[in-house]
Formats: sequence, structure tokens, C-alpha cells
Amino acid sequence: MKKTEIRKRPRRLNEWVIEKLLFASAIVSVFTTLAILAVLLFEAVGFFQVVSITEFFTATRWTPLLEPKHFGILPLVWGTVLTTITALCVAVPIGLGSAIFLSEYAPERLRRIVKPILEILAGVPTVVYGYFALTFVTPFLQSTLFPQMIVFNALSAGLVMGIMIIPMIASLSEDAMLSVPQSFREGAYALGAHKHEVALRIVVPSALSGIVASFILAISRAFGETMIVSIAGGSTPKLTLNLLESIQTMTAYITQVSLGETPYGSIEYRTIFSVGLTLFLMTLVVNLVGQWVAKHYWKRY
Amino acid sequence: MVNNIKIKVQGLNVWFGDNHVLKNISIGIKPNAVTAVMGPSGCGKTTFIRAINRLNELIEGSRTSGEIFIDGENIYSKETNIFELRRRVGMVFQKPNPFPKSVIDNVAFGPRIHGVGNEEELQKTAERSLRESALWDEVHDRLKDSAMDLSGGQQQRLVIARALAVNPEIILLDEPCSALDPAATAKIEALMRKLAEKYTVIIVTHNMQQAARVSDFTVFLYLGELIEYGTTKSVFENPKSKLTEKYITGEFG
Amino acid sequence: MSTKTTSNKKYTVRKVKGGALLALCLTGLIISLVSLAILLFDAFMDGLPWLDLQFITSFPHYLPEQSGILAALWGSIWVVGLTAILSFPLGVGAALYLEEYAPKNWFTSFIRLNIANLAGVPSILYGILGLGLLAEALALGRTILVGALTMTLLILPLIIIASQEAIRSVPRADREGAYALGATKWQVTQGIVLPQAFPGMLTGTILALSRAIGEAAPMIAIAGLLFISRIPTGPLDSFTVMPIQIFNWVNQPKAEFQGLAAAGIIVLLVVLLAMNSIAIFIRNRYQKRAR
Repeated sequence: MKKTEIRKRPRRLNEWVIEKLLFASAIVSVFTTLAILAVLLFEAVGFFQVVSITEFFTATRWTPLLEPKHFGILPLVWGTVLTTITALCVAVPIGLGSAIFLSEYAPERLRRIVKPILEILAGVPTVVYGYFALTFVTPFLQSTLFPQMIVFNALSAGLVMGIMIIPMIASLSEDAMLSVPQSFREGAYALGAHKHEVALRIVVPSALSGIVASFILAISRAFGETMIVSIAGGSTPKLTLNLLESIQTMTAYITQVSLGETPYGSIEYRTIFSVGLTLFLMTLVVNLVGQWVAKHYWKRY
Repeated sequence: MVNNIKIKVQGLNVWFGDNHVLKNISIGIKPNAVTAVMGPSGCGKTTFIRAINRLNELIEGSRTSGEIFIDGENIYSKETNIFELRRRVGMVFQKPNPFPKSVIDNVAFGPRIHGVGNEEELQKTAERSLRESALWDEVHDRLKDSAMDLSGGQQQRLVIARALAVNPEIILLDEPCSALDPAATAKIEALMRKLAEKYTVIIVTHNMQQAARVSDFTVFLYLGELIEYGTTKSVFENPKSKLTEKYITGEFG
Repeated sequence: MSTKTTSNKKYTVRKVKGGALLALCLTGLIISLVSLAILLFDAFMDGLPWLDLQFITSFPHYLPEQSGILAALWGSIWVVGLTAILSFPLGVGAALYLEEYAPKNWFTSFIRLNIANLAGVPSILYGILGLGLLAEALALGRTILVGALTMTLLILPLIIIASQEAIRSVPRADREGAYALGATKWQVTQGIVLPQAFPGMLTGTILALSRAIGEAAPMIAIAGLLFISRIPTGPLDSFTVMPIQIFNWVNQPKAEFQGLAAAGIIVLLVVLLAMNSIAIFIRNRYQKRAR
């Protein structure tokens, strides 16, 4: 009896230590979020002592690096939104179409080959996509469809960003569709439904929450995308609907300023953080909406 | 009428990959009657009825040879409209599988995909089918509610209503009560006897008492072969094959 | 009872609709595959002429013919290597805590929410964190160490999520058998869960690291576009990585630098291919044994 009691105490101490160590690893993530917020807020507060919040969110010109300085973030936000919309116009139909094909039409052997290839699209570094946009897509569009297009433009950046997001939508939508129970499909086939009717009327509606979640994730990814828009999108923030012009996104601006020689503590330096904070909040909202959609519309089987 | 054959199966063989699941089945199913298909697990009962609405073809690697004539027409011919076939042959599965839609959308699904667009007509058809499957009284005031909220027995009757909504002539039921409690089971069994007045009903069951209660004719399959076929009374009281007798007395299965 | 195809007009319409959907979906798939092919082909055609031994063994130079990727290659190796050492134990530890130890309360849910959110934060914001906090506020400078710490925070959610999956796939029955013999939680974790989950964790980490090696944005914020012409000798050296070098070259006006960029892309893709192949190899070997 006594032997086991003695052995228990160091065992218990070890267990306690290990649990605390593992706990520490887990809360690194909490610290990360707090740290990001702290860094952004700290400098942003300094920024907003000089620039009023109203001007920041409502003025329509962004020229902090030129004289006279304007600090309206709307052109940058619009640049981000415009390229994101363009990207979605490419990625949603192609991604969803690919997912429907792989999930409902393709034989197993074909799926096993094609799915990993699509994953490759996801693994290509965004720098490579940026190179592709600048050196292939833009000249190609200039010589065929849009001779008036400028070298840096929203269309090329948006299109290539769309290609980059395709695997995200395709993969997640396909997973959602595959998890629809086979018994639903059989019930529909047994009533005399054609394959496309089963796919569009039964499978897609049942998988809708997963499909929509993939769209929202794609939006969040597009908001935060940096390299493609920095290389191919331009550095002229403006509110325009013309995709053939150059624009600037929030991420491209941050890159531009980080690379320049802005003195630490100056107002130009602080714009990095105010823009960064805006970007953070935008993606946070989108992510939360995505998680809410995934949870609240999960069809119970 | 009772002496006519509704479904004539001739030399039916089904393989899944290398697995020879049904071996040379030949049989004539009579209309306006309940035919029970019995046998131990793995004898091919489900494969047999799925051959009648050609649902086996959904499985990769399946192969079928032989013929099945419904009203004299071979449903395995090259000219067969498989979607029309499946409209005429309704199926109820082992585990109730209502679509994750409302009650009314479940019943209206079949007519909708076969071209009925008129909302009023769909409403009427839905009511008729739900009455026929003895579910109307329980759901008439919650047609827009999700079908997933119904109890197991109600879901199964909903699936039957769904199948009835497209005006079939044959109804196949694959162990429809195995996931249900005794009260729900009794309702379904009573329903089957009523449906037999209008339709040709084939039920797969491994519950012998159920077969004895509900069916007019009984088929006994063993390891993919047809062992015995006759009126339920004769199969249970005077089985021609020793194997049938062993199964009925519970020696195996 | 007629089941022949001939009569039905509605049937034909439905069949045509079905064909149209199939064609559309297949077209979508083909477009994505073709885009990938064009992208790779384009980079290879542009870069191959510039890819030679001299390219791999030289430092960047204002003359394109004498420019090379050596500094960036070593920089990447240093950063990713250090990141691997830091992120693997942290990620695995966090995953173990969440799956085996964490009580079901609001704080645990908060941690999970955090990790899910961090996975969606734009990578450039991690760069700002690294720059603002580590390089400036903590005065660690724009060094490899800061780069690796930043990258660790960036890929940590990926490793945690992958490790969680690996831990979850260990059957409950195995754990219960060990507990029934009187094992403590850590003994079960160490002796039963970790060995079975390890290949999955390793695969997930390697895939996360291959993400890291291609990331430019956060590294740009920290390292800037410094002209580095030596191989790093320690974690406190300034540095550059391959994606930054490629970015640098792409933005040069002279056309030859585009070729250099493409050559850099080829080197980067080869490294990525190697890393992913190792990860897939590990995953396949593990799956075979489990069967």
C-alpha cells in the first residue's frame, strides 16, 4: 500500500507540469491575437490623434505620401473590394462547377487524379501568381481584348486572384457535397430523377451551408491577398469601376510603405497601422459571419 | 386478374465486381398482391428488388444479365427510358430517407421533376398521396415544417406518400419497418395491405412473422438462388424444399 | 405501361438540361487545370534560360548576368529551419492540450475561436506584428530570429488544426484500453496517442512549412528589400528570402530581371515540390500501415 502512495506523488507532479506546459502552448494563440490588436491599436491611436475618424472613413482621397496629404481610406478599401469581386466572379462558377463535377459525375479514379492537381493550384506561392499576372495575363489581355489596358490594372490582378482561390471553393464545396448521405440521392433516383436534378435539387441545397462557408472563406482570403495585387494591381488608390485602370488595395499600400524609408513614429509610418487595423476588422467580420453561417444552417441529418 | 403476371423475371443474374450475387432468377410476380421476399442476410433480397427499378446500376462495378418484363416490356432493353421506369416503380428504403426539405416539398419533388409545375395541382396531388399513405391527418397543419422533425414511422409514411405522388404501378419496400417501433410497424403493415388493392407490392423482410401476416405470396432466396415461390400459406405450411423448412423453423438465418 | 424513350418531349428537355450542366461543370474544371498548366509553363519557359549553376551560387548584383539567388536561398533555409524548430512543439502541444486535456468551458471555446480566427488573418498583418512588436518594441531588429518567430505565429494555427485531426483519428478504444490498465493521462498521451498521431502531425507541419517558405508579405514587412550579399551566419543576422528576391526582381524595369525572377520561381517551386513529396510520402506510408 505504501509503495504505490510514494510513487503517486512524483507522477502527479509530472502530470501537473505537463498539463501546464501544454496549456501554455495553447494560449500562445490568445497572445497572438491580443498582440496583433495591441500593436495595431497602439500606433493607430497615435494616428487618430492627428487624423479624425470621420475623415479617415469618409474622405475619398488617399495621399499620405504626397503633398497635400489626404487620409480617406475609401479608395484603398474599394481597391480591395473591387479585386475581390473580380476574383469571386472567376472563382465561384469555376470552383462550384468543378466541385459538382468531381462529387457527382466523376468516377472515383478520375477524382483521385484530379483532386490533388487542384490542390497544387492552392500550393503555388502568391509571388508566382503575381509574376504570372504581370508578365503573361496583362500582355495577353492587352494584345487581344483590351488594347487600352494599363500595365498595372485591377482586372489582371482580380482574375489571377480568382484562379488562386478556385481550389479553396472547389475543395470545401466538394467536401460538403460528399458528406450529403447517399440515401438522399438514392431516394431521388428511385423517383426517376436525372443526375443533374439530383445534383442541383438535392445535393447542392443540402450542402449549401458548407458551400456558402467556402465562399466566405474565399472572400476573407481575397481581402488579405498581398503579392498579386502589389505586383500587378498598381499603386494608385482611386475609386473607379474601370477594371482596366490601376488601383491600390489596403495590402498593397502596406507593402509599399513598409518598403519605403518612412521614419519610425511619423504619420506616414502610422498609416501602416490604421490601414492594418481596418483590414483586420474587415477580415474578422467576414470570418465571424462565415463561422456563424456554418453553424446555424447546418442541416441535421 | 390474379392469374396474370405483372413482373416476369427471366434468367436474372447480377454481379458486383467478381461477386455473383443473384444466380439465374426466374419468377413471375402477380399484380394487386403483396409478395414477400425472404431469406437470410446476404442472400440477395435487396439486390433483387433493386434490379426491378434498375437502381443497382448506381453502384460502380455492377453488371446485370437476363430480362425483366413489366407488362410484357423488357425493362433492360436498350430503348428503355430508365427515368420513366423509376417513376412507375416506387421504392421505400430500409432507413427512412426524407429529403431535408419541408413535408410538402418532399411529396411534391417527384411530380415537379417530371414536369408538373402548377402549384394547385401539386397541392392536390400531395394531399391525395398523404391521405393514401395514412399520414394526412397528422401533418395537414404542418406541411411547411421540415420533414426531419417527424418521427421515424411518420417519415417512412412520408416516403411512401412521396413514391405514390408520381402514380406508380409497383411499389418496392426494402425492410421498411426494421428501423421502426412496433406501433409504427403495425401502421405500415396495415398500409401495405391497403396499397395492394391498387398496386403491386413487393416487400423484402427478414421477419418471418411479418411475411406471414402481410403477404399473399412469398419468395425464398438463399445465397442468390431462388429456392421456393408460392402462396404464403403453402410456403409456410407446406414448404417444398428442405432448405425453406429449415429457415422457417429457425435453424439458420 | 410504356417506358420507351420515344414519346416524351419533357424527357428530351430534361436530358438536354443535364448535358448542359455537365458541359458547364467540365468546362470549369478544364479552365482551372489549363490555367495551372499555362502558369507553370510560362514560368519555366521564361526562367530556364537563366537557371544555371552560376545563378544558384551567386549573390544579387546590379548586372542581371551576374545576379544569383544564393543569399535568398540560404535565408529561406535559415528562416524555415528555425520556424520548424519553434512551431512544431508549440503546435503539437496546443493540439494535445485542446484534444486531451482541455475542460469544456468558455475559455477553451475562446481558445478554439482564436485559433480558427487566426487562420484567417491576412499574412501581412503578422508581418506588422513582427515589425512593430519584435523588431521595434523589443528591439530584436530585422533579423532571422524575428522572421522565424513571425512565421511561427503565422503557421501555428495550421499545425494545430492538422495535429488536432491526427489526434482525433486515434480510436477511443485504444485510449480506454490504456486507462483500464491504470495509466495516467500523460502516459496515455505519450504512449498511445502521440505515436499514432505523429505521422499526421508531421505531414501537417511539413505542409505548413511549405506554405511558410512561399510567403513574401510578412517577410517583406520585416526584412524589407535590403540588398543582402552574404550567407547568414546566425539567427541575429539580417536576411532575405526567396519570395522577396523574386518580388524584387519582378519589380525591376529591365526585362532581363523578369527572367531572373522566373528562374527564382523555378528554384522555389522545386523546393516546394520536394517538401510536399516528403509530406505525401509520410502520409502514404502511415496509411498503409494502419490498414
